[in-house]
Amino acid sequence: MKKLFFALYLLGCGTFLTAQDYFPENAGVKVNNNNYTAFTNAKIFVTPTQIIEKGTLLIQHGKVVSASNSVNLPKNAVVIDLQGKSIYPSFIDVYSKFGVEQAKKKPGRGRSTEYEPSREGYYWNDHIMPETKAIEKFTYDDKEAKVLREAGFGVVNSHLQDGIARGTGVLIALNGNGTNANRILDDRSAQYFSLTRSIAKGQSYPGSLMGTLALLRQMYSDADWYAKGNATTTDLSLEALNANKDLVQIFEAKDKSHDLRADKIGDANGIQYTILGGGNEFERIEEIKATNAKYILPLNFPDAYDVSNPYAVGYVSLQDMRYWNQAPSNPKVLAENGIQFSLTTHDLKSPAKFKEKLMKAIEYGLSSTKALEALTTVPAQILGKSNEIGSLKSGSIANFLITSGDVFDKETTLYENWVQGAKSVVNSMDAKDIRGDYNLTVQGKTYDVSITGEISKPAIVVKQDTTKLSSKIAYDANWVTMSFATDKGEKTYRMIGAVTKTSDNLTGRLVLPDGTESQFTATKSKSFTKKEDEKNKSNEGVKIMPVTFPNVGYGFAAKPKAENTLFKNATVWTSEEAGNLENTDVLVKNGKIVKIGKDLSAGGATVIDATGKHLTAGIIDEHSHIAALAVNEAGQNSSAEVKMEDVVDPEHMGIYHSLAGGVTSLQLLHGSANPIGGRSAILKLKWGEEADGLIYENSPKFIKFALGENVKQSNWGSYSRFPQTRMGVEQMYMNYFQRAKEYDTKKKNGEPYRYDEEMEVLAEIINGERFISCHSYVQSEINMMMKVAEHFGFRINTFTHILEGYKVADKMVEHGVGAGTFSDWWAYKFEVNDAIPYNAAIMQKQGVVTAINSDDREMIRRLNQEAAKTIKYGGMSELEAWKMVTINPAKLLHLDNRVGSIKEGKDADLVLWSGSPLSIYSKAEKTMIEGVTYFDLETDKKNRETIKKERNELVTMMLKEKSGGKKTQGPKQSVKRDFTCESL
Amino acid sequence: MKKLITLVIAIGFIIPTIGQQTPGPKQTEAITIEGATAHLGNGEVIESSLIMFEDGKITFVGDSKMRIARKGKVIDATGKHVYPGFIAPAKTLGLVEIDAVRASNDEDEIGDFIPHVRSLIAYNAESKVVESMRPNGVLIAQIAPTGGRISGTSSIVQFDAWNWEDAAIKVDDGVHLNWPSTFKQGRWWAGEDPGYHPNKDYSDQIEEVTSFFKNAAAYGKSTPKEVNPAYAAMQGIFDGTQKLYVHADDEKQIIDAINTLKSNGAKDVVLIGGYHAYKIPEFLKSNNIPVLVQYTHNLPVFDDDDYDLPYKLPKLLVDAGLLVGIQNSDAENFQTRNLPFYAGQAAQQGLDKEIAVQLLTGNTAKILGIDDLYGTLENGKSATLFISEGDALEMSGNQLTHVFIDGRLVSLETHQTELWKRYMGKYEGK
Repeated sequence: MKKLFFALYLLGCGTFLTAQDYFPENAGVKVNNNNYTAFTNAKIFVTPTQIIEKGTLLIQHGKVVSASNSVNLPKNAVVIDLQGKSIYPSFIDVYSKFGVEQAKKKPGRGRSTEYEPSREGYYWNDHIMPETKAIEKFTYDDKEAKVLREAGFGVVNSHLQDGIARGTGVLIALNGNGTNANRILDDRSAQYFSLTRSIAKGQSYPGSLMGTLALLRQMYSDADWYAKGNATTTDLSLEALNANKDLVQIFEAKDKSHDLRADKIGDANGIQYTILGGGNEFERIEEIKATNAKYILPLNFPDAYDVSNPYAVGYVSLQDMRYWNQAPSNPKVLAENGIQFSLTTHDLKSPAKFKEKLMKAIEYGLSSTKALEALTTVPAQILGKSNEIGSLKSGSIANFLITSGDVFDKETTLYENWVQGAKSVVNSMDAKDIRGDYNLTVQGKTYDVSITGEISKPAIVVKQDTTKLSSKIAYDANWVTMSFATDKGEKTYRMIGAVTKTSDNLTGRLVLPDGTESQFTATKSKSFTKKEDEKNKSNEGVKIMPVTFPNVGYGFAAKPKAENTLFKNATVWTSEEAGNLENTDVLVKNGKIVKIGKDLSAGGATVIDATGKHLTAGIIDEHSHIAALAVNEAGQNSSAEVKMEDVVDPEHMGIYHSLAGGVTSLQLLHGSANPIGGRSAILKLKWGEEADGLIYENSPKFIKFALGENVKQSNWGSYSRFPQTRMGVEQMYMNYFQRAKEYDTKKKNGEPYRYDEEMEVLAEIINGERFISCHSYVQSEINMMMKVAEHFGFRINTFTHILEGYKVADKMVEHGVGAGTFSDWWAYKFEVNDAIPYNAAIMQKQGVVTAINSDDREMIRRLNQEAAKTIKYGGMSELEAWKMVTINPAKLLHLDNRVGSIKEGKDADLVLWSGSPLSIYSKAEKTMIEGVTYFDLETDKKNRETIKKERNELVTMMLKEKSGGKKTQGPKQSVKRDFTCESL
Repeated sequence: MKKLITLVIAIGFIIPTIGQQTPGPKQTEAITIEGATAHLGNGEVIESSLIMFEDGKITFVGDSKMRIARKGKVIDATGKHVYPGFIAPAKTLGLVEIDAVRASNDEDEIGDFIPHVRSLIAYNAESKVVESMRPNGVLIAQIAPTGGRISGTSSIVQFDAWNWEDAAIKVDDGVHLNWPSTFKQGRWWAGEDPGYHPNKDYSDQIEEVTSFFKNAAAYGKSTPKEVNPAYAAMQGIFDGTQKLYVHADDEKQIIDAINTLKSNGAKDVVLIGGYHAYKIPEFLKSNNIPVLVQYTHNLPVFDDDDYDLPYKLPKLLVDAGLLVGIQNSDAENFQTRNLPFYAGQAAQQGLDKEIAVQLLTGNTAKILGIDDLYGTLENGKSATLFISEGDALEMSGNQLTHVFIDGRLVSLETHQTELWKRYMGKYEGK
């Protein structure tokens, strides 16, 4: 044993000494190992597509000398015969945190919010840390490296996974025999970004996704400004960011729509990020392809849900069930679409799970060539290191795997993983393949023994006649240990034997249940063969559910298209001077209302008999927070730089529910956590489109402002942020607008200035290019806001909520501001004590353009009913009441030339109702946007059946998964948070 | 508004000032309402009706063609509609005035098993939110504490009173129990997944309930030396003089709740919520459980649910043959004035309109155990009713001209109507 150890030691040492040849040697004589190692007779994958059958790989000094069919072996070559075995380049993980000390969560934030940065000499925001160098936090950990090597990895690119700008990574060869001097391949390997705040830092901004995106935009703009020498102070963060510009830029996005968000930031700054995906890219493959980015894909496929309890099944949504079924197809779909990607162990519990997950991806259609590329050539390319790693071309670092066969086959054994020419054994190559069928005779009884599985980790089945007995096998260092039990587990027979090269039979010591010792012989009757038909069967067995748009229940099988439609004989609520038209036809062509009249000819359009039904313009909600991934950027008291357009969630069920209530457009507003909120997204509820597809073309520009209790933070225990009173709110506005005015003057005069997105937006307001929708309650603040605007020469566009608008309606008319209000809400906080349901009617009668809005995911479904309340409270006429949810909000949003009424030339955003839209007894039967039917009562009924059927099919599949012994996860109901103004 | 005042004067009632919350004087003269469509609250309707009441009690309900003497003052309600006062179960009206102002909030006491905590004594009969119910026809409510496992004991009040004692129409009518959840939501603010996961403590929590019931029952069988107020407050549940209102929504919760409570001696159990009740009507029927169903203006709980499932729940349960009432305990108190429209929404789903009315009146009274006097327009019952210009289940039709509670003419003014008039006066120079 000692001898062997010594030999290994020499061999190990010999591989790396060269790197430190200028170091003094005091432990012996100084030597260099200039020998070659030759691996002969192997199937060599030089690259995934360049394969040499029966070739020789020659390495020296930790590098590949050659890989070819005919190698003239140098005399000083140690030859290793790999007859029947394969050599692959070892795998590369671009997204690792190996060896790099990770951030620790900052303990207890306490009650007071940190608005200021904690650092000096760096960027103003603590979550921007491009100066971080992973190398400075790196300590090699061979225990971890061993796990990675056993999973087939030879090189990982590691970084500190914390913060929005994360600094540079370090590229490490997992060489257990080397030192950092040679295993660090690059100490500045890539620059990393993410959408997630630092857990180690407490600064409150950014507190939302849209804040993060705004911060990234500002960061790049500041870096540019800094690079041009405009700053008077030193900023080490920006300096690092600029210095790292030449590196590969990797962005952790982790979700299909975040991928697109990240790519957009890159596009705006001339950067093509490599993107860490989320695994759900297949759901929006067209858009993903259009990013032209390379991807890094996790294999974190979810386990099946345990659906054995029928009550619990109801909690699991079709979306989640389907995701379980579809997720393993993600790599395949990307490959089919020609998108380059690498694979990562990121987000797996352990790299040890990697093979299992990868096999699943292959089972779901990923070709093994693509899989190998994703683990070798592509990551090498991403890192710009194709000449050094990822292949076995001459000159490459000698990182390779020796396997018993196809590296992606379940039964294949990984024998050795060589890194930088240093061997590490995963499974002994000397282990004899003992798999096969045997006859075992014990005490006159014959047993059938079948050994299967991996060579080094075999599995055993022992049968007596046809009865399967409980049995165990272990195989290590050419000793096999087996046991089985008869008589219902009462009697255990134990065996141990040495495996010899000379005989295929297994023999050795047998211990009988009574303790008597004797000998056993298991005679081999059949060698192990893989059951080909079984493999084929499992391929056929995979059923992948089709993706819908969006990929949730009630999604469309294909994106719906506009249809030319003629509504015949309806009661048409025009929301125009014309009022209601009885027995009237409306013709829709190419998404527009082209004709309104009697007895129109269809001219090829689909005819809908609307006799007895009512046709209206689609409802418009001036104030909504549905379909958003975030609502408040509360990290600062002004957040004009953030955009709700950045956080539109096109999969939110609120969209479908709103369509079912006849809503076609809405203003997605920022919340009311700060006096100056964020910019709005004005949406059409095009269910099935990607986020950007919902946003109005040439959208009017809006921003949310807020007054009162929320911005004063009256109802939560915060006492540190300015303003705490309505007096402070006024001063904050005066200050911000004054600064914006000064900024704008500087800009217009051509003086040098630092681009500030926030100031840009405020200047737009002063210049009348952007409109304010201002959350407001009591009359004093309403009046104040108008005076501030007048001071700076602009006009408030809309007061939203405005529950005391009725007290200052005359002043509002004078100022020229409109109102969006609740029908009957009050009593929920102190400032709504004087809120009255007559508010809308009073304002309308005084000449304020008034809309009824929702600010509520449920109420938005019934805005027709809320409009009807203005008849009860304040005696509005039916026609005026209906305008409160159609043309009036369209006017408030500056969209009245496009939507909000039934008029020739306008967008065909229409709702067909079973009766008067103001009646509680009426239902929306059909909701159309630009000629596309997005909701239809009949289709909805069919969808209910389809959902039931698909759920049942998936439940059956998951039950099978469980009974097949696969791991499952407990049932759960995913929840998207519902937002209101106040949600943080 | 003018019209109403004229009307009021015409029929001889003089309300000196339109005082907020000043309760109406006791009925001294008989009143006859003639010609209205009367929705009786028991599923029946009389197209052109004749209704008379004296000393706070209804003395006649019939057809206006009846040739009998019209007693007292006659209100011509031709073309209008008469309804029994609508009843709101399981609310905290009068216990909280402004949700965000802690000082005004008395709805949730500390403690998990506190049946001895009584809502009635904290009920503010002069609440501005309470008075805003009346112009919509909601005239009676069960006021129930919230929170914990057993929140406390409720009482039933009418909405025109000087104080809680006068308001009470049934004192300490029942105990409210929140059944443990089978699934629990993660705390997103603590960085947890906001989704729902199985509640690991579910069986332990049921065990706590069982143990409390067993102890309370054992306590009741003895002559205790020391008073245990919580156990003492449970005795009405065992002898059937009080009802047990159990709040539960999912299928398993409902089945566990009913089985556990029944086998532990609860005589009269009412289910509140019942989102999944439609899946187990036979179980509920065989156990004789009425359902105060989750309010209709709710979102579907699960994304795959029918978008209109909350709208049609009342109909599904009625069709299954259950005794059903509508409540909105989960909604903010001010929303309770929208109770009529929940019934309207249910009718939109095909429920017969008179049955829809019944879910706010006759059925609710029966479920709450006040049907001896309230809930329907019948001879001998309390004259707690209102006249509406139109269909009271429709937003545009719900325009009340008269409200009577126990025969008293009730003011339709509120803090809100006063502000309305004040500012219309400002603009119109009146």
